Amino acid sequence: MKSVIVIGGGIAGVETANQLSMFGHKVLLLEKDAELGGKINNWHCLFPNLRDASEIKSYINKIADENRFAINRNTEIVKFTKNNQLHPIDQNGDEYEADAVVLATGFKLFRAERKEEYGYNIYKNVITSADLERKFNEKSLDTKNPPRRIAIVHCVGSRDEKSGNHYCSKVCCITGVKQAIELKKTFPDAEIICFYMDLRMHGKGYEELYREAQEKYFVQFIRGRVSEASENIDKSIQIKAEDTLSGKPLKMTVDMMVLLVGMEMEKTSVSLVSGCNVEFGNNRFFNVKDEFTQPNSTLEKNIFVAGACSSPMNISEAILSARSTAVEVNKYLGNMEIKV
Amino acid sequence: MSNWKNYQKEICDDNFYYARSCIRQNFFPGSENIFVKILREVLNKNVYDDAEHTTCTGIGYHSDVVPFETIQTVVARNFSLMSNKGFENLAISCVTSFGIYTEITETWKHFPEEEQKIRGFLKKSTNREFIQPLIMSHCSDIFYKFRNEIFEKAKYSLVNKNTGKPLKVVEHIGCHYAKMFPEKGVGGAEFPQVLAGMITAWGGEVVDYPERRHCCGFGFRQYLVKANRGYSISNSIKKFEAMKPYKPDFIVANCPGCAMFMDKWQYTAKEMNGETYGENGEQIPVLTYEEMAGLVLGYNPWDLGLQMHQIDCEPLLKKMHYEYNPEDKFRNLKGEKIGEEAKG
Repeated sequence: MKSVIVIGGGIAGVETANQLSMFGHKVLLLEKDAELGGKINNWHCLFPNLRDASEIKSYINKIADENRFAINRNTEIVKFTKNNQLHPIDQNGDEYEADAVVLATGFKLFRAERKEEYGYNIYKNVITSADLERKFNEKSLDTKNPPRRIAIVHCVGSRDEKSGNHYCSKVCCITGVKQAIELKKTFPDAEIICFYMDLRMHGKGYEELYREAQEKYFVQFIRGRVSEASENIDKSIQIKAEDTLSGKPLKMTVDMMVLLVGMEMEKTSVSLVSGCNVEFGNNRFFNVKDEFTQPNSTLEKNIFVAGACSSPMNISEAILSARSTAVEVNKYLGNMEIKV
Repeated sequence: MSNWKNYQKEICDDNFYYARSCIRQNFFPGSENIFVKILREVLNKNVYDDAEHTTCTGIGYHSDVVPFETIQTVVARNFSLMSNKGFENLAISCVTSFGIYTEITETWKHFPEEEQKIRGFLKKSTNREFIQPLIMSHCSDIFYKFRNEIFEKAKYSLVNKNTGKPLKVVEHIGCHYAKMFPEKGVGGAEFPQVLAGMITAWGGEVVDYPERRHCCGFGFRQYLVKANRGYSISNSIKKFEAMKPYKPDFIVANCPGCAMFMDKWQYTAKEMNGETYGENGEQIPVLTYEEMAGLVLGYNPWDLGLQMHQIDCEPLLKKMHYEYNPEDKFRNLKGEKIGEEAKG
């Protein structure tokens, strides 16, 4: 029996571990937190059908409960050994031996403080899309004093020269549309305005949700970036932007501003592979051996990638990536016989 | 917490070659003198105040009167004076000049052939050569760096002695301090720390108001072209209206133009529409950062030149329970009376 270590217990890591164990391999999943699921634990509901995010979490926990593979929680891999065999080493210096390793280390959210002009962490009514998910989960939005106008700002830390991220994070546009609808449901009298560069509704059901947001929920979409946010004395937020379709600058006051933060590579993932022959793309995510034919392999023959550590992707894409990685690892291990 | 800690810069700590402003000695005549005095007498630093140094011609450049090659050659000459005197740390009094010096040295960094061309112009026109400064600091950077040392010798803090609360201070860093090159300003352009750091270290409270980053109203062509002056004052009024609800006790400005326009346009706005923007119908005194430091250190306000301001600074002095003689307000250096304040 061949052994595989999967680093990261988010949706991609769990799915990869599950598939590989079903192929008959001995799998050990290493998760740095106490809980599996990664970012999904923080989401409220999912685009494009507003499905409860806890259902995906239940799916992950159900897989874990089936005990097909071993799980070490609170275990953070910090580096690989640098001798002939590349073995991961955790924060306590413990070394793990395996025939193959899958990196499923995911992504981190862009730190909105870096876009200083939006005043995140300075003004209390400026929040991120992740904060809003948490507020929906905690039911902590103030419905007694409902906001009259809410701005949602797209592309915060994505497609942005200033923050050094030229790439698109792919999920923010549809997240903005989804959150606009959720906000409108929570605050029916509020005016919801999305400031966008262009809307990338590439996934199944995305365009339909965008249309629904306009027709059913009267969400307004203004093409233009917010240039500056400032707090008024009553804690509302004054924003300045340009409506690039009408070619006019605009200034308005909103009661809440939501920043749709993009995805970035985890810094710990970068240091993790130092000394390995694993490269990084222009977007600083892991580079794969061949984007078309080997999207799960790295230049290091026994190190593979799964999920959003190789590029921004949504949940269903992460699951597909995980499954294809499992097939690729299985092929590498020379065991094409599927034992289910 | 803002990201400002990422915007730290190296600030020279001694042996300064002082690049004075061309306009501020007229508008705020005590500021530059008090800067040199504080550096020499309070902080025991070496400052070279060079009579041969000239304007950077920045106002002409921003008005499209002075071509880029010309201003670069003027700046190169000032660098030459500095290097010939054996200095390598440039202390720049004016935000416009700071922007000019930064823009030119950045241009030379990215286009070395431009620097070579200017070296040729300077050689032909003056037979001079130059070395670029090792460190360029705006003078407010230097006070920011030594803000705690200054406060150790302070006689006053920025506190309203009538209420015991910190004075509420509007700070304005000036567009050319950090908007062009955020990494060259302490704290960057969005939440700048250079003046805010001084204010809080000296006991005051910074007012974060909606138009904090907006232009003061100078904007070069807005004012220099007479027909555009409506744009100038409307920008200033936009700022005054935004800061009014916070009842600021005074404004401190980084830039000669900003201090002048926020001082003088308040008077004009009152003449135009009767509006005032301070507490209880008063106007808001406007200080330069040197004047603010001078007040904290307890200098005679009339030696700081506060009597030359359009907006009366005495209400501020009274809030601070400042010891001064109102009778000396309009006396010259010999102690002679030079006139009376216009009434009304």
